[in-house]
Parts: sequence; structure tokens; C-alpha cells
Amino acid sequence: MQNHILSIILFTPLVGAILLLFVPKESKDAIRWIANLVALAGFIVSLPLVPWFWVQRFEPGVKFVFEAGQWVQRPGMFKFVDGIPNTWIPSIGAGYLLGIDGISFLLIMLTTLLGWVSILSSWTAIQERVKEYYIWFLVLQTGMLGVFMALDFFLFFVFWEAMLVPMYLLIGIWGGPRKLYAAIKFFLYTLLGSVLMLLAILFLYFNHHSVTGVYTFCLTALYETAPKIPFQYAIWLFLAFFLGFAIKVPMFPFHTWLPDAHVEAPTAGSVILAGVLLKMGTYGFIRFALPFFPSVVMNSKVRGWMIGLSIVGIIYGALVSLMQKDMKKLVAYSSVSHLGFCTLGIFVLNSVGLSGSVLQQINHGISTGALFLIVGILYERRHTREIAEYGGISNVMPVYATITMIMFLSSMGLPLLNGFVGEFTILQGAFMENRLWAGLSVIGVILAAAYLLWLYQRVFFGTVTNPKNEKLTDLTPREVLTFVPLLIMAFWIGLYPKPFFQILEQPVNQIVQDVRGSEPNVMAKTPTHKSVDEITQTSPPAVEVPVAAKGKK
Amino acid sequence: MTANLHLWLIPALPLIGAASNGLMGRRSSRRAVSFIALVFCGGAFAWALYVASRFSSLTLPHAETLGPWIRVGGFSADFAFYLDPLSLIMLLVVTGVGFLIHIYSIGYMWEEGGYYRFFSYLNLFMFFMLTLVLADNYLLLFIGWEGVGLASYLLIGFWFTKDSAASAGKKAFIVNRIGDFGFLIGLFLLIKHFGSLNFDRVFPPVAQMKAETAGAGWVTAIGLLLMVGAAGKSAQLPLYVWLPDAMEGPTPVSALIHAATMVTAGVYMVARSHVIYERAPEALTLVAIVGVLTALFAATIGVAQTDIKKVLAYSTISQLGYMFLGCGVAAFSAGIFHLMTHAFFKGLLFLAAGSVIHALGGEQDMRRMGGLRHHIPWTFWTMTVATLAIAGIPPLAGFFSKDEILWRAYQASWIYWLIGVSTAFLTSFYMFRLLFLTFFGEYRGAVAAGPEHGRGHGLHDAPGHGGHGHIHESPTVMLLPLVILAILSLAGGWVGIPGSLGGGNRFDKFLAPVFDTTAIAQNREHAVPGEQVPPESEGPATETGRGTELMFTGVSVAAAALGLLLAWLLYLRNPELPQKIADALGGFYGAVLNKYYVDELYAVLFVKPLVDGSARILWQAMDQGVIDRTINDGADGARHLSDNVRHMQSGNLRSYAGWVAAGAAVVIAYMVWTGLR
Repeated sequence: MQNHILSIILFTPLVGAILLLFVPKESKDAIRWIANLVALAGFIVSLPLVPWFWVQRFEPGVKFVFEAGQWVQRPGMFKFVDGIPNTWIPSIGAGYLLGIDGISFLLIMLTTLLGWVSILSSWTAIQERVKEYYIWFLVLQTGMLGVFMALDFFLFFVFWEAMLVPMYLLIGIWGGPRKLYAAIKFFLYTLLGSVLMLLAILFLYFNHHSVTGVYTFCLTALYETAPKIPFQYAIWLFLAFFLGFAIKVPMFPFHTWLPDAHVEAPTAGSVILAGVLLKMGTYGFIRFALPFFPSVVMNSKVRGWMIGLSIVGIIYGALVSLMQKDMKKLVAYSSVSHLGFCTLGIFVLNSVGLSGSVLQQINHGISTGALFLIVGILYERRHTREIAEYGGISNVMPVYATITMIMFLSSMGLPLLNGFVGEFTILQGAFMENRLWAGLSVIGVILAAAYLLWLYQRVFFGTVTNPKNEKLTDLTPREVLTFVPLLIMAFWIGLYPKPFFQILEQPVNQIVQDVRGSEPNVMAKTPTHKSVDEITQTSPPAVEVPVAAKGKK
Repeated sequence: MTANLHLWLIPALPLIGAASNGLMGRRSSRRAVSFIALVFCGGAFAWALYVASRFSSLTLPHAETLGPWIRVGGFSADFAFYLDPLSLIMLLVVTGVGFLIHIYSIGYMWEEGGYYRFFSYLNLFMFFMLTLVLADNYLLLFIGWEGVGLASYLLIGFWFTKDSAASAGKKAFIVNRIGDFGFLIGLFLLIKHFGSLNFDRVFPPVAQMKAETAGAGWVTAIGLLLMVGAAGKSAQLPLYVWLPDAMEGPTPVSALIHAATMVTAGVYMVARSHVIYERAPEALTLVAIVGVLTALFAATIGVAQTDIKKVLAYSTISQLGYMFLGCGVAAFSAGIFHLMTHAFFKGLLFLAAGSVIHALGGEQDMRRMGGLRHHIPWTFWTMTVATLAIAGIPPLAGFFSKDEILWRAYQASWIYWLIGVSTAFLTSFYMFRLLFLTFFGEYRGAVAAGPEHGRGHGLHDAPGHGGHGHIHESPTVMLLPLVILAILSLAGGWVGIPGSLGGGNRFDKFLAPVFDTTAIAQNREHAVPGEQVPPESEGPATETGRGTELMFTGVSVAAAALGLLLAWLLYLRNPELPQKIADALGGFYGAVLNKYYVDELYAVLFVKPLVDGSARILWQAMDQGVIDRTINDGADGARHLSDNVRHMQSGNLRSYAGWVAAGAAVVIAYMVWTGLR
């Protein structure tokens, strides 16, 4: 079963970018309209995926294996597969191969949504070099989607690197005063990580050849051979991947590019950077690092380090966030804290934690994306992000203040909004493995309330003391529109996260089984794992659910 | 079980009210806003009454599921509601008192800006509070728990232009979050052991444990962790510090949230979890100790406060301590009984205080009050009733509930009783001090509408608020709730008259199905009989036991009377005496007046190190100094290196020749060296 919906979603923005090339750069409004329509189209073409994916969320997908001299499909994880391995550049075994599972499905939907929202938010913010801006933005969009769709390592790497350039330009051209420093820092940091990752990919590639005699970058084929690599090599490969992904996430202590990049980037760039780009690191861990090197990630020392860095990131990011004087920097550091929860959820390596982690990645895209939009709105009006410049904004911009409050609450994990569901499941997953992990991480939840409410108080409460703020206008309809989808998603996930967990159930269980299955001794040894098994086994409600849901339909 | 009472309507109605006022209130008239708020809150009350009327026909506990919520990896928590006598009582108290305070607020807030916002928040609070008391699992309870915290945050900071109000709201939220830390971990522990947070899946297995085996280990841990959450929400030691500051909110808010309902959520949660606590004696003991210490501690602070609302705030903390003491000695129904009567009389006290403040145009300092009983007689008389009730003068409501707690505390340990009675004495003293300072003697304030007195209530003096030139009684819409609450404070305790005084303690019996799950060892004498047990066998209380109980009742009444007497001596008979005593006590008085400097202590111990540490050590030293510096130095190093290496490409032929020669020399030297080996 081949269908090309993924390719359509993937290339819609790129086609739009090419289209824009032919529009004269003087007609700025035409460019804006086209870019917005393309971005909206990019979102709309991804929508059919939702019901389509939903009906087959529990059905098995496919994987490619090389048998008897040809590529054949077998039952596996991936759906909507487009392309055949090794057909793009047959000489090196690279193929144009796309496919998704529940995890990448959610991230793709997040990308198309945020892509549209951030292009919509750029309407008045970008006045210089408008044409280039939108072209690069649309190219970036395709690059990000490609990362989440690629089932071929070569293709993946192409997208991974290709995405760097537009982001670099977005920061470097349309950024703030220190844009060059920030852009180069961002570029070099990420490049450093990806170079090592490339070496690791090549090792896997040649390893696959030496085991099977076939040169291929096909991901599902590598899944077969990579886990069998002996530990002493696997650990180095894992570290190479780790560096690439940890920089991207960013995990402590590789995070210092993030505040600079965020502060200097234009608003829409920050939204995409926080909302989608950071997720590539966590996605990389889930898609590659875990299934490739189960023996490494299950190694208690490695795992301890991963968890430790995550927890340090959670608390450290929150504490540093508390003291920032620049709103955008504050939000940037809060991202470090939130992403710490996501990596924690990944490395607790049980289905609860992993589901929570993926959901929290979506949540972070929604909430933090919105937070950057919020900062951007004030910045556009006043051209400063200094917290001290503000105060009493509630008096002059009540609608804005209300939306901000809701998004802050979502970000700090108030129940009935999205953040709570994610954090709670991650913490629950962590607690099942080790009480201390959960106990320490909860501190981040307390601190989140502190830095966000303090920020809110300083910016929104009080009387307007700065005369420059007296004339600020409340949100325009276009600005409200940028928040509407994010608000809807925040409430949806908060009130009814069940469909999201159902979509994640199959891939998450598969990954946990792959990882845990490889180390049967570990599971038997530690008594804490028993409870995990009990809970995953005694899950009649989770099995009943689809039936009930179908019945309703 | 078959009946469907649509319990979800009870929280949903106020939510609709909150949403409609929040979204459309800005463009509606005040009348429309009040109408919507009242209708939806009143609707919840009416539905609660309907549920109560159907209650006897239900098989208990009655549960209704609205829909699924979180389902992940075998764990599930649904939007489901749970009705038993305990939640019914909470339901009636919350909706009833809440409805009265809604009515009162119409009068009190009429002149304020943001009128729609106030009622939207107030309805939102009702939604979360009702979710909390109706939840059938801990996670839904936690939604309500966090939600009331949010509503409280929004309402404390209602006058957000005032910095102190905004800070107080933030403080309340963060301190509550610290408590929630314990709550959350407790929840994870529950999930770990039961795979569920549903009451009907957690409690039965716990109930089957024997107290001895369970005492050590995780049941105790759960109990302790839940208590941390309860201490935050219900303002117990050491997390009580947010409640006095919360008085920055409008007075109806203080009455509803910070006296009658939200702060009792911790007590409710402990009582709800009684099955766990009964099997965790150590945790239960801690509940009692925290409760009794808080009761005494807060009462001593209350003695020296001069702000009328602050006195009431510390009094609330102290009374909450009583409730925890009750729960802590396994007299859960007594704790809930006090919760209910307290909602009546403390709600009334705050509303009456609000009426005083209203009459004086925003004055809250009792040193500038006095002699008001002739000016605002309705307020005076209702407040007197409430004061008598809280002081524990029979036969008012507070007497019965407090007496029951004290008696049960005595059975657990005489120390609890002693501290409890001392607190009762202090309570009576500071409450009558308040009453005398406010309503008796000479009026000490200036004309109330002066702007310098608008301190605590600045926005209240809106233009058009007629009649501020003189002290005036509040409008009927405010007095009506006062009168109804006064009647409840007067008679509300009669449902729980103990056997020793010839009553049947019907309150206890009503709650018995909840708390009398299995025979518990420590409830030997005062055991609450099950519903089916005929009333005459109300415990195997002997005549002597009854006599002792009566004697203790006498002592606590005497303590209350003593407090009254002392207050009369100091504040009516010899008004100059308190100052002399204060001077004589010197530093100690200063410590009490300044709330034992606990806020300052916390600031030095926790807040300052956190803030400074984050700014200086983590951000500036670690993040910028170490991590980023390493990165930048690395980059600079690379640049310097290449900068230097660049000079080799000078274009100068002679230097190239030199490099070639040098290179050749190195290669030859290397070859020679390897050749030699």
C-alpha cells in the first residue's frame, strides 16, 4: 500500500517557496498573502492524516527487510510508507523513504500547525527582506517535516542539516542586535553534534554491510543489525548520537546556545525553534538512540547519567529562569527545564514515561510556542524585552493579559490544561522506576510556578508606571487568531488526552519492548520493574478503550 | 446505585456562570453579571439540595462517571463523581455558604471596577471546589485542589494594581505548590501500590490491612505526604504563611475561600483518606500534633494583631488546627463537624468584618474603630453571635463541635486537651478583644471616607458610592446573608449534640457509614455506631464516663468565659492596660506582633539563598562563567590558532622556502629516528 500523502505534506511548503521566487520582492503584501496561504495549505493538507491515522492507530504498520535479494515489506511500526529503500542513490544504498508512527505523526501535526501560526504571526513583525524571509521559512518547514518523516538515514541527515541553514539565516538576518554571534553559535554548536552523529551513522552503515553484505541506509534494516553491536563499540556510537541530540534538545550542559539563539531570533523563529527544532533532539533519542543501542541505554550507568542530566536540567533551567531580566531569555531557560522533563520521560524507559514525554513535547510546542508569541507581541509594540520596562499591562491590554495567563498556567502544569497531563505522566513513569527521580523533578514544577507567576506579576500587575506603556493597543484580530489554535490544543490535551495516548500506545510499547526485551536480566534483577510489568500487563481498561471508542462512533 | 442524579451538574453550573461572565461580562451590565453569577451558583445549591433530598434512597457510596480523562499504560483516572455522607455535607456547606457569599458580594463589590471579573472568578472557584469535594479519585480531587488554588490566586490578586495584593496572590500559589509537592508524590506512591487513584480501588485493600503490619513503611509514607499537601492548602505549620497575606483579597473572598471552604480542603482530604490514616498511626499522630501546635501558635499571634481581617485570618489558621487535631485523634466526624460550624461562624465573622470595613469606607485597623454598635446594629448583633459561637459558648454551634474535638483529644492524650483548652481560652480572648475594640467604647477613627484610610481597600471609594460621609449600615443584600449565617451559627451545632448532654449526636451517626469502615482499636469507647445500630447503644459509655465528659465540657466553657472576662477587663474596663502590658513584655510582645518573624526567617533561610544562588552562582558563575566561557574560549582559541597559522600563507617566497626546509628537516629527523629504532 503506497500513498503519497506524506510527500504531499512534505513538499507543500517547498513548492510554496519556489512559487515565491517568482514574485517580485517589492510586492510585500502579495508575498505575505502567498506565504500565509501556503502555510495554511501546508496545515490543511496535513489534516486528512488525522482521521486516516486515527482509524489505523492500533493496526500494525510495515517495515522493510532485505530478503532473498530484494526488499520486502513485513509487519512493523511504520505507516503511510512512501518509497522503497535504496532507490534514490542506489550506488550507496540511500533511498527516498518516508513513513510515520504515532510519535512522528503527532510531531508532524505540531510542525504544520506551528508553521502556520508562526508565519501568520510574522505579518507585521518582518518588514525587511520580506521575500527571502518567507522563502527561508518555508524551506525550513520542509526540512523539519523531513526529519520527522525520513525512514532512511541518509535522507534524514540531509534534512537534519538542510534545516540548519534556514534557521541560521533567520536568526542571522532578521535577528536582534547580537544576531551574528547567536547565529554562528547556534550553527557551530549543532554542526559539532551532527558531525559526530554522521560518523556514527557511517559506522552503522558499514556494520550493516559487514553483517548482511548489503549497503543500505534504510532505518528498519539498520534496526535489525545495530542492537547486536557489542557494548564496547555501541557505547561510543551512542555517545556520538547523544552529543548530536543533546545539543539539539538541549540538555544541560549543552544548552547555552539556546538563550542566545532565542533572544536574537525573530519571534516566529523562536516559536519554531522552541516548538519544533528542539523536539528533533528528543525525537532522535526515541527514534534512533533507544532502538539502536538498547544495551547501552539500559546500562545503569549510562541511564543514570541521562536521568541525572535531565533532572539537573529541570532544576537548573528553572532556577536560572527565575532570575532573568529579559522575558525571552526567561522563556528560553524555562525550555531547558521543560525539555528536561521530556528527556527524563524518555530515559525512565517505560511506556508511561515515554508516552508522557512525547505528549509533553507536543505540550511544550504549544505552550512555549505561545509564550514566545506573547513576548513577541510586546516586543513588536515596545521593542524591548526587559521585564523592568513593563508593569500594569493588564490595565491596557486585558485580552492579551488573559490569554497570557492561560498559557502561563498551561506551561506551569495546572490541571485541566495540557502541561499537567504531560508532567504528571512523566513523573509517574519516573516514580515507577525510582522515587528519587520523581521527587527531585517535582521541584521543577514548584519553581515553574514561581518564575512564571513572578514574571506575570512584574509585567501585568500593578499600575502602568512607564508612560510608554500607556498607549499600548490590545491584540488585533490577526494576533488573536494566532493564539486560537494553541488555546484549543491546550484545553483539548488538558481535558481529553485519551486519543493522544492511544495514538502513542503502539509505538511506545514497541520501543519499550525492544529496549527492555534486550536485557532480560535487568528486568528480573530489580524489583521495581515488577510493578511496571504488573501495570502494563493488567491494563484491561486500555484494551477496552478502543472498542468503546469505536462503538461510540 | 441505579439512580442517576447528574452530579456533574453541580460543578458544571458554576463553570457555565464563570465562562459566560468571563467572556461576555465586560459588555454586560452589573445587574446581568450578578444575575448570571447568582443563578448558576444558586442552581448548584438547588441541585445539591435535590441530591440531598434523594440521598436516603441511594445505595452508598454512590458513584457516577461522566467520561474518561487520563488513560495511559494501564493507569486511568476519569471524570467521575462520588457521593457519600461526607461529600454531601461538604457539598451543602460549599454551595450553601457559597451562595450566601455570592449574594453578599453583590452589595460589597457593587462599586468596584472589574465587577464581572470578580464574579467570574468566584464562580470558577465554586466549580473547582465542588469538583474537589465530589471527586471519586485523587487525581480529580487534585484538579479541584489546584483549581481552587488558582481561583484563590486570582481573587487575592483581584486588585492587581496594588503590589501587595499581587505579591500575596503569588505567595499563596507558590506555598501551596510546595504542599502539592508532597501531595503529588503521595499520589505516585498510591499508583505504585494500587495502580489506581480511585477511592473504591484504593480504600478497600487498605482497609483489609492490619494496622500493625501496615504501620511501618509506605502507608505511613502516603499519609505523611498527603499531610504535606493538606498543610499547604489548609495553612498549617509550617506552610501557613500565605493565609494572613491572602487577606489582601476582597473580604467576601476571605470569607468564602480563606475561611469557609477552600482552606478546609485539607481537612476534607485527610478525612476522606481516613482509611489510610487509620492504618498509619504515626502519620495520624503527626496530623494531631501539627494541628494542635498550629492551633495554639496562630492563636497567640491573633492576640496581638490590630488589623481586623488579620485577627480573623490567624483565627482561621487556629481553628483549622482544631480540625486537624480532631482528625488526628481519629475523630474524623468531629473534625468535619467543626469544619461545618466553622464555615458558618467564620464566614459570618468575615462578612460582618466586611460590613464594618464597608461602613468605615475601607478602614481595617481596629485601633481606629470603636463604638460602632449604635451605628451598625445589624452587623454588631450578627457578629456578636458569631463571636459567641467561635468562643465556644453554649449552646451556639462552635461549642458543640469544639467540645467534641477536645473531648476526643483528651481520650488520646491529656496534652492535646490542655493545649486545646488553652487555645480555646485565647480564642475567646482575641475574639472578644476584636468585638470590644470594634463595637464598644468610643469611636477612635476620623470620618471614615478619608483617603488615607483607604489603604487596604483603596478602590472601594469609587465615586458615586453615596453615604460615605458618615458611618452607615450595609444594604439589605449584605445583611441578609449575615442574618442567615447568624441563625446557622446559633443553631447549626444542634445536629451534633453529644450523648452526655442528652442529644443523639445525629451528625456523628450520619457520617458513621463513612468513618466506621472496620472496627478500629483506638475507637473503643467513643465508637461511632453504624446506622443500623439503635441509638440507645450510643457507645458503651458508662455513667462515670458521661460525668467525666460533662466535667471537661465545663472546663472548656470556663476557659471561654475566662477569655471573655479578660478581654472585658483589658479592653473595656481598663483600656490603658493593654499598652502597659505590651510595654512590660517588651521584646516578646514585639515578636508576637510581628508574627514571630516567621516570614522574615523564611526569607533569609529559603527565598534569599534561592534567588541569590540562582542569579549569582547558577546563572552568572555557572552558566555564563563556566559553560559559556568554555565554549567561547574554545571558539576564540580556534580563531587565534588559525589566525596564527594563517601567517604561514604570507605570499613571501623566502618564508615558504624556509617552511619547506623546516618541514623537510622534521621529516628527515623522524625517518632517522624511526630508522634507528
